[in-house]
Amino acid sequence: MKIFLSKERVYAAVFAVLAFACLFFLAGITLVLFKEGLPLFGKVGLGDFLFGSRWYPTHEDAEYGILSLLTGSLWVTAGAMLVCLPLGIGSALYINEIAGDRQKAVLKPLVEILAGIPSIVFGFFGMVVVAPFLQRLLHLPTGLCAFTASLILGIMAVPTICSLSEDALSYVPASYREASLALGATRWETLIKVVLPAAGSGISTAAILGISRIMGETMTVLMVSGGAAIIPHSFFQPVRPLTSTIAAEMGEAAVGSMHYHALFAIALVLFTLTFIFNIAAEILSRRYRIKLGLQR
Amino acid sequence: MKRVKTALNDGHDLFNGGYSVREVPPRSGASPFSKAGWNKQAAQKAGFFLLFMCIFLTLLFLGSIVYFIFAGGGKVLTWGFLTQWPRNAMTEGGIFPALLGTFYLTLGAIIAALPLGLACAVYLCEYTPGNFALNAIRIGINNLAGVPSVVFGLFGLAVFVKFFGFGVSVLSGSLTLGILILPGIISASQEALIAVPNSLREASLALGATRWQTIKKIVLPQALPGILTGVILSVGRAAGETAPILFTAAAFYTRKYPDSPFSEVMALPYHIYALMTEGTHPRQQTAIAYGSALVLLILVLFISGAAVFIRQRQRSING
Amino acid sequence: MDNGIRMRAEGVNFYYGSRPALKDVSLDIHRSQVTSIIGPSGCGKSTFIRLLNRMNDLVPKSRLEGRILLDGEDIHAPETDVVEIRRRVGMVFQKPNPFPKSIYENIKYGLEINGLRDKSLIEQRVVESLKKAALWDEVKGRLYESALRLSGGQQQRLCIARCLAVEPEVILFDEPCASLDPISTSRIEELLMELKRDYTIVIVTHNMQQAARVSGNTAFFLLGEMVEFGRTQDIFTKPRDPRTEAYITGRFG
Repeated sequence: MKIFLSKERVYAAVFAVLAFACLFFLAGITLVLFKEGLPLFGKVGLGDFLFGSRWYPTHEDAEYGILSLLTGSLWVTAGAMLVCLPLGIGSALYINEIAGDRQKAVLKPLVEILAGIPSIVFGFFGMVVVAPFLQRLLHLPTGLCAFTASLILGIMAVPTICSLSEDALSYVPASYREASLALGATRWETLIKVVLPAAGSGISTAAILGISRIMGETMTVLMVSGGAAIIPHSFFQPVRPLTSTIAAEMGEAAVGSMHYHALFAIALVLFTLTFIFNIAAEILSRRYRIKLGLQR
Repeated sequence: MKRVKTALNDGHDLFNGGYSVREVPPRSGASPFSKAGWNKQAAQKAGFFLLFMCIFLTLLFLGSIVYFIFAGGGKVLTWGFLTQWPRNAMTEGGIFPALLGTFYLTLGAIIAALPLGLACAVYLCEYTPGNFALNAIRIGINNLAGVPSVVFGLFGLAVFVKFFGFGVSVLSGSLTLGILILPGIISASQEALIAVPNSLREASLALGATRWQTIKKIVLPQALPGILTGVILSVGRAAGETAPILFTAAAFYTRKYPDSPFSEVMALPYHIYALMTEGTHPRQQTAIAYGSALVLLILVLFISGAAVFIRQRQRSING
Repeated sequence: MDNGIRMRAEGVNFYYGSRPALKDVSLDIHRSQVTSIIGPSGCGKSTFIRLLNRMNDLVPKSRLEGRILLDGEDIHAPETDVVEIRRRVGMVFQKPNPFPKSIYENIKYGLEINGLRDKSLIEQRVVESLKKAALWDEVKGRLYESALRLSGGQQQRLCIARCLAVEPEVILFDEPCASLDPISTSRIEELLMELKRDYTIVIVTHNMQQAARVSGNTAFFLLGEMVEFGRTQDIFTKPRDPRTEAYITGRFG
């Protein structure tokens, strides 16, 4: 009996340790990013790094300002949100409220499956089909620009936003709909004035997670956004977001060089941004559940 | 809190006790509700149409991507394409080594992530730790899930390639991909474990089984389909990821089969990227890239489809 | 139809798919009276009351035969505006279902969707409704707090106030006290007695004593059929059908 008990406790202990793996890796990533990124700030101040607009890491007199890269990321992300939020939330509303049972049974799995298309495929499609098309259509010097990247990224994010929003909508109790209809509201009024606001925090959570993922997206922007490290003045200029900078230049940066550390510093910025977004989504999501009375 | 001032309440506090219906003066005259019935119906029609356009456009865009890839890649897709090695500076031949590389990387990722992920899910569901542990782990999972894939790549580079000295290899790539898919495996496994009815656990424990025996013999087998779904979805995810393997495993061209976990490999997603950005013969190589994209797309769609299908079946069985 | 009859059901048969839920139900709802519908679980009383404001339209694959008239007009006629019907025939549900908005907003919602835009008029209506529902005293200091913070009984009275605000002619109560404690229940019963002077009320209840207390007419349903309908005191003291008597004396329930 004694042996049994201690064996059980060993199992429990092993499981407990393994369970913290995620936290362990998260901590590890933070550590590594700091370790490899911090040396940069010995050379360049944090302010110069974040707000410097000249990114010339390979020059003799290297400069490490990421403002142009940051704005590139911001423009592309904002543009993508303009595409994916209306389409994604609108689709979710349709599936949740308007689609009949048979339509729903087809649409929901379809959207989930489409969410699995790899980003490289989107990037490839953007590069060989969309960019030349836009170039001809709009008489641009090149189709590889922030606009194209936003478009492709936005479409890529729609299934995710749609699935998450639809989940949030499905949590709204049917009793709200019934109460609204019983007062003489139409289905559309009920949808827009009762269901959507009730699901507001849940959908905001979906939106924040969407922003986070779009910002962290690498391959699509790498292939489609054009790769010029300059602060853009129009959507039709090529840009180079943070993620594609890392992916494109890490191959050339010698290990241990300042360029190497600079790229890790960029990763640190990226990591921090997505971390903040994720925490915000957590808080919102809890508030959503409390609002609906699903949790105290 | 605002005090509502209306015609009926001009500052005096007239309300004590209940206020019966009779004491509210009956209203005379027509109802102020506008008879805007047709307006409402028109608004509803317009609104519903708008929503329909959203899903329609979404499916149109995504469908056109699938269409173009099929159209462009279909010309190149032959049995030879899948089974041969690339020839002639990547302008002819097939993508077999890339397929093989993707297979090894994905397999390695699952081998790395599944035990760990399953253990975590089991701990959370079966050993019911206190609130602190639950919340801490949950935050860990959610945040790990949100880390950009390129950051995983850098982590893999610094830790597996450099620090542990595995070099650019299948091993490094698999481990990196493993961490990437870990949250997904944990979530799916959790869902599967929670779906196992408590009555089964209680029955087992009441017979004198230990917790571990209950988990091993009763709970896990019952949760297997759900866990499998999670594994399948993660396979799809791992197969399509490029950024994590950019610096940790992938090479544009390997001369021979990977003969050890420490060899470099080619991989499908990386192949597409490399052909388009480092290729020297755009015309032929674009065609090969189309073919690779098609193979990858079919692979991933098939895998996602299988997983979603299994999950729907499970959900309808469980009710 | 001014022989004092507000609503009438004529030969109503209702099917969920192929399963009949109501068989040949006919009864009259009298103006300014409380009509209660009693019967054991599953007898069709909730199904019936939900036909009166066409809430059963929301159930897929359901079918109605027969007519339901409001002031002499068929509410299921193709040219009828169901949205308007639902305003004229209001409903209070079994489980209180206030919106996750403030108390004020809950009532304002009904006014807004029916076209009222004047802010001061809205304020006035909100206050009136809360008074009519005997809730004003308890919430007058916190109109902008979330409605979900109210107790169960208060939430239900809020739902009543919300319903009153859109000026219905008939109010349907579907077991309104089922989830409330006895004190809240008696407050709502008092409210019903007052409301009946200005509104026509139909109440479904599984509590026979409640039906005896509040209603003027009672209908007894069993297995989808309406077995007996008449004045409440008659039903409870000298029921004509043996099934009614068996239910009332508690032989089944």
